[in-house]
Amino acid sequence: MAEIRNYTMNFGPQHPAAHGVLRIIMEMDGEVIERCDPHIGLLHRGTEKLAESKPYNQSIGYMDRLDYVSMMCNEHAYVMAIEQLLGVTPPIRAQYIRVLFDEITRILNHCMWLGAHALDIGAMTVFLYAFREREDLMDCYEAVSGARMHATYYRPGGVYRDLPDRMPQYARSERFNDARMKQRNADREGSLLDFIEAFTERFPGYVDEYETLLSDNRIWKQRTVDIGVVSPERAKALGFTGPMLRGSGVEWDLRKTRPYEAYDRIEFDIPVGTNGDSYDRYLVRVEEMRQANRIIRQCIDWLRENPGPVMIDDHKLAPPSREQMKGDMESLIHHFKLFTEGYCVPAGETYAAIEHPKGEFGIYLVSDGANKPFRVKIRAPGFAHLAALDEMSRGHMLADMVAIIGTQDIVFGEIDR
Amino acid sequence: MIRDLVFYLTGWLPEPLQIFVWVMFKIVAILVPLMLCVAYFTFAERKLIGYMQLRVGPNRVGPRGWLQPVADAFKLLMKEIIVPSRANRHLFLFAPALSLGPALAAWAVMPFTDHLVLADIDASLLYVLALTSMGVYGVIVAGWASNSKYAFLGAMRSAAQIVAYEIAMGFALVGVLMVAGSLNLREIVLGQEGSFLSWYWLPLFPLFIVYFISGVAETNRAPFDVAEGESEIVAGFHVEYSGMTFAVFFLAEYANMILIAALTVVMFLGGWLPPVDVAPFNWVPGLMWFGLKTSLVAFLFLWFRATFPRYRYDQIMRLGWKVLIPVTLVWIFVVGIGKFYTPFAGFFS
Repeated sequence: MAEIRNYTMNFGPQHPAAHGVLRIIMEMDGEVIERCDPHIGLLHRGTEKLAESKPYNQSIGYMDRLDYVSMMCNEHAYVMAIEQLLGVTPPIRAQYIRVLFDEITRILNHCMWLGAHALDIGAMTVFLYAFREREDLMDCYEAVSGARMHATYYRPGGVYRDLPDRMPQYARSERFNDARMKQRNADREGSLLDFIEAFTERFPGYVDEYETLLSDNRIWKQRTVDIGVVSPERAKALGFTGPMLRGSGVEWDLRKTRPYEAYDRIEFDIPVGTNGDSYDRYLVRVEEMRQANRIIRQCIDWLRENPGPVMIDDHKLAPPSREQMKGDMESLIHHFKLFTEGYCVPAGETYAAIEHPKGEFGIYLVSDGANKPFRVKIRAPGFAHLAALDEMSRGHMLADMVAIIGTQDIVFGEIDR
Repeated sequence: MIRDLVFYLTGWLPEPLQIFVWVMFKIVAILVPLMLCVAYFTFAERKLIGYMQLRVGPNRVGPRGWLQPVADAFKLLMKEIIVPSRANRHLFLFAPALSLGPALAAWAVMPFTDHLVLADIDASLLYVLALTSMGVYGVIVAGWASNSKYAFLGAMRSAAQIVAYEIAMGFALVGVLMVAGSLNLREIVLGQEGSFLSWYWLPLFPLFIVYFISGVAETNRAPFDVAEGESEIVAGFHVEYSGMTFAVFFLAEYANMILIAALTVVMFLGGWLPPVDVAPFNWVPGLMWFGLKTSLVAFLFLWFRATFPRYRYDQIMRLGWKVLIPVTLVWIFVVGIGKFYTPFAGFFS
């Protein structure tokens, strides 16, 4: 009998389960993966270099586009790094707004992840259910920033503006009658906070729906239990963070271990897994959605009772209001200087990291005292996770590769930067 | 009556040709409604799954989207058929036909009602079994001829899967034939006369379930669609096919789904018989009952697709060999012993 040889197979970059532009060269023995080699860089846009060529406050928009399913969290790390160098602290209300939107972003990200992961494993419907929730949350993004995805809402020193008192409503459409229109706008009668509160009330029910479809489903369990097992030691050695690390049973969450913004005033639990397999990571993320919901509710309660500024009152760093600009020469100059040359940041270096939905998202910022960063290094959690793809998928079957890519929650915007 | 009309209209032809025209007429009379059913089954699938997934499904072409299947067919007809340069051209083009042929031919013995059967042959159950097994050759040939690793993997998966499920399906049918005492589909239905309690799903309940699951697997439908494996091997065996060659695979898949649904109805759900043989129910013509039951079973295919994740290839094999086949074997013994050695023979016939 002829000697049977392994063969190589090319997975992507044009592949429905590649989550963007991942290309994997797999060495296969029949259906079993012997070795795999992920190729990256197909979505490289030079974000770090671009950020080094612009004033500090003009790169916030690039950060949105790194991990394009958890936009505001990326901004958060960058803005926090600038604030650390400048030595400013945003007002407490801005901190709560940031926590609120970080958690909204976490739900956005986990909904996307859950839908894509389930779709990869063949359960189509969860994907569309999850997108129903994303739609509402993107409306929240739109209400505060005007953009559904790439918000540029966090600014050094606070947030762009306070939460709106009025939620935008759907305009009349000939496709819906009056009763249906009323129903569509039911949650939109009040402020943004009312809208988010209504969402938090129905969201746990939605999570129950996802869990009904997946958690106890035998096929789902067969496809995720014991797939891509990572021991806690290996997870730490491989630089895992976020749900990938917690799924392996390591209780490490920057929101608890190194609280930033208002997280130390908020109650929430950190779910951890036990086996470190895909199913545990699934459970961890689903529980994180519930916890995010809990955090959002606490933020809403606090924000309702504590009005106040959302931006520091230092016009060297934050633009003056339009009103002031119209009548006050100094404000006009501040505005002009801020939007043309920005501000100079004292020389030094800093590392700011937040608990991004995917893990530890960090910005290492070096300033030489100019108005542009000397060096911006982005620490993307997905990069470390993808690097472990070979180890996680070895000995599994081709179909498990798809499940492992799904469980890693990879987005190429941040890996390729 | 129709026969006389056809022979009258073709009276000017020599007799062998007249018979030929009559046969062609019968084929068309089955295939045209079947193809319409297939076309609107795809539409039903998109609409129903749409509603299950909080969408509306196609609603742009024609009133409420009703012309969508026509538009799809037209689009696929217009598209170029690309033959990969390193593919085996003849086999590549032959494979879709090999896939569709058996799916259509099996309908020849389908008893739509007591009298409406094209070929009322004695061993029609064997004929159906033989033809449904033939379909896999189309898949294997397509995967081989495409000269693509993805297609080849899909074909290999399909081959292994169908071997496993063919056995389970065959054993399930053995149970039917033991109970009915006939291989003729029409007589199998007639054996179920009475109310819905005398249909074979009751005495053969495990076989009914196994048969339907095997049917889903046999047609490569979710959750057993590893041969297509959308998110793993992209489209599996038909990854290289485009235009009409792809459409033929598509038609074959859907024709097979309807076929499996119809066979399930014939063998376990009383075919054209009304659920209860009393006044309002037995006024409805048998063909209606047959269509209604088939639609209900076919609906399950769509429901499965919207609900379940996909099995992994080795898990499908495990389910087939370690669960379904033992279940059928045990139940065949139960039926055999029950029918011949216990006083409950009435239950098993």
